[in-house]
Amino acid sequence: MTDFSTAGYLDMDLLRFTTAGSVDDGKSTLIGRLLYDSKSIFEDQYEAIRASSEKRGEEYVNLALLTDGLRAEREQGITIDVAYRYFATPKRKFIIADTPGHIQYTRNMVTGASTANAAIILIDARKGVIEQTMRHTYIASLLRIPHVIVCVNKMDLVDFKKEVFEQIKKDYEAFASKLDTTDIHFLPISALKGDNVVDPSKHMKWYKGPTLMYLLENIKISNDQNHSDARFPVQYVIRPMNSEFHDYRGYAGRIAGGVFKKGDAITVLPGGLTSKIKSIDTLNNSLEEAFAPMSVTLTLEDEIDISRGDMIVKTDDQPEATQDIEVMMCWLTEKKLQPNGKYALKHTSKEVRCVIKEIQYKVNINTLEKIAEDNTIGLNDIACLTLRTTSPLIIDKYKKNRNTGSLILIDESTNVTVGAGMII
Amino acid sequence: MKNYNLTHLKELESESIYVIRELAAQFERPALLFSGGKDSIVCFHLARKAFAPAKVPFPLVHIDTGHNFEEAITFRDDLAAKYGAHLIVGSVQDSIDTGRVSEEKGYNASRNVLQTVTLLDTIENYKFDALIGGARRDEEKARAKERFFSHRDEFGQWDPKNQRPELWNIFNGKKSVGEHFRVFPISNWTEMDVWQYILQENIEIPSIYFTHERECFMRDGVIYAHTNVIPLKPTEKVEKMQVRFRTVGDISCTGAVLSKANSLEEIVEEVAATRVTERGSRIDDKRSEAAMEDRKKAGYF
Repeated sequence: MTDFSTAGYLDMDLLRFTTAGSVDDGKSTLIGRLLYDSKSIFEDQYEAIRASSEKRGEEYVNLALLTDGLRAEREQGITIDVAYRYFATPKRKFIIADTPGHIQYTRNMVTGASTANAAIILIDARKGVIEQTMRHTYIASLLRIPHVIVCVNKMDLVDFKKEVFEQIKKDYEAFASKLDTTDIHFLPISALKGDNVVDPSKHMKWYKGPTLMYLLENIKISNDQNHSDARFPVQYVIRPMNSEFHDYRGYAGRIAGGVFKKGDAITVLPGGLTSKIKSIDTLNNSLEEAFAPMSVTLTLEDEIDISRGDMIVKTDDQPEATQDIEVMMCWLTEKKLQPNGKYALKHTSKEVRCVIKEIQYKVNINTLEKIAEDNTIGLNDIACLTLRTTSPLIIDKYKKNRNTGSLILIDESTNVTVGAGMII
Repeated sequence: MKNYNLTHLKELESESIYVIRELAAQFERPALLFSGGKDSIVCFHLARKAFAPAKVPFPLVHIDTGHNFEEAITFRDDLAAKYGAHLIVGSVQDSIDTGRVSEEKGYNASRNVLQTVTLLDTIENYKFDALIGGARRDEEKARAKERFFSHRDEFGQWDPKNQRPELWNIFNGKKSVGEHFRVFPISNWTEMDVWQYILQENIEIPSIYFTHERECFMRDGVIYAHTNVIPLKPTEKVEKMQVRFRTVGDISCTGAVLSKANSLEEIVEEVAATRVTERGSRIDDKRSEAAMEDRKKAGYF
């Protein structure tokens, strides 16, 4: 890291992105390249992979080894689970959710995508748009990742030909036009040789667009959070019970959407009682306003009974309270979804139970076809379900707010998280 | 419209506070694993932020190998006293005395591995159901796959191949009797983030993080503090060196670095310029390529 400055470091924002590719698309090489070219690799790490590459008889230092995982994975020669990687440039800090494309592909990608601002989708220039590309694109769209970057990789193996890139772009656009993603970028790259990753390619003068690093550093992410509909799920009630703060009663939580200001008229759901915000507190000071995704503590003008799982919202903009919920559900385990089965459900800070009332259809994620007559929902499947909960949830649609529009299902006998749901 | 955008450090802080509050809400008997090192100090600072103006609603737990730097122990006791925190110490020496574990032998003997037994015994004795740890995903490849809420079975074991998927910010802390969770609020922080945060918040840290003169010796390219904990080999020479520690752990496996950094600003500059990872000076990780993975599976921090 050259040109380091503390002032600059404190002024950076954070971009979370996920990478998706099928086997041998060069995903690990690309991540290795980003880490290496941004000088995020330490000498001892580099020395370790240099030695490994040599031991394996490879002629160059294999940057893909930087993302090598657990022994359990090396033994099987595959990566099983999402790994998180970190790097920073003078402009931004980055968190990569590195999602492997094997057995639990949907589960892994959904996990990585759930918190991402951007997705990098890799396409092998020799193979073009394949089934997995469509699947990754669909998941990125379903999880509403705001920005998609399609990297046509291994351009060196197709002689850096413009026509190859243009054809893949055309094929991809034809498929993606059926989906919701609006911000899509296309780049011809060679992760192995470094073309258009951090430095512009010398081999593709015909490409006038930005490099991958430039895109990652400059994508506008300030609109990725919902800053219009104020939502505050109460996580924890703070009552100091000491002489100094004898009557203090604060509602702690992380703002899930919108902006709250001192004096705002609020309603507590599902009860419906109303009050005004008296203060927005943090350890050191009180704030005039706070916005998503800040963690704060609210105090109210009136003493009303509020507990974890309630939601404080602005009175003039209220979400829906309902026990009947329609979701797109990604199934995450081998054990199949039980039609009419009961599950524990977590949504914001609230936990309830629910029953699967109806399986409306299953999605063929390669063709986007809806299959109505198939009630077998297993690992990696995506289906549209109707749920009925034991008590009302305060919801928004997922496309309006990722925080108040998402939920998980938990198997009550094993405690395992089995489903990831997006409210439609 | 106004620009409602958080800096990355503010966003990380908010995420960590959120995780700590989830822990307090979802578990009955949580605790914070406190080593006196910078990461656990930052976790405690975040916990204070999470529950202010109330006190942190869970105790600090220190697994004391008996081979700690005096400065770190003094710091620990002062911090607990200052903020009225309840401190519980699990002693590796007690585990040795009661025959629960036996001491390693030889020049490179360390109590690092023994800590796991003391830790799990302490968890069982106090019936803790969730413990905050200051581990970060950027530290090590086994940690890169950790969850925020990480499940441990009734033997305290981690099963990396069978972790619960963690989606959005919804944490599943459900468990059966006898099982527990490890919770890692600063998972997404890097070493640089931690130092910048300490600087920004002006958080107190033990003096051994700053430069000082100390009697040291070299072994296998690592600078060790000369104490009665590590026996010298006949060829090894003790010299006075100007050093500081980049991490604070058990004396037997914590290496020092030559440094003149005397302030937080200087430490930040040094961290920015350094080309070796923080755990590069941790001898405990060097025992094998999967040293951390193996220890974590057994129930280590």
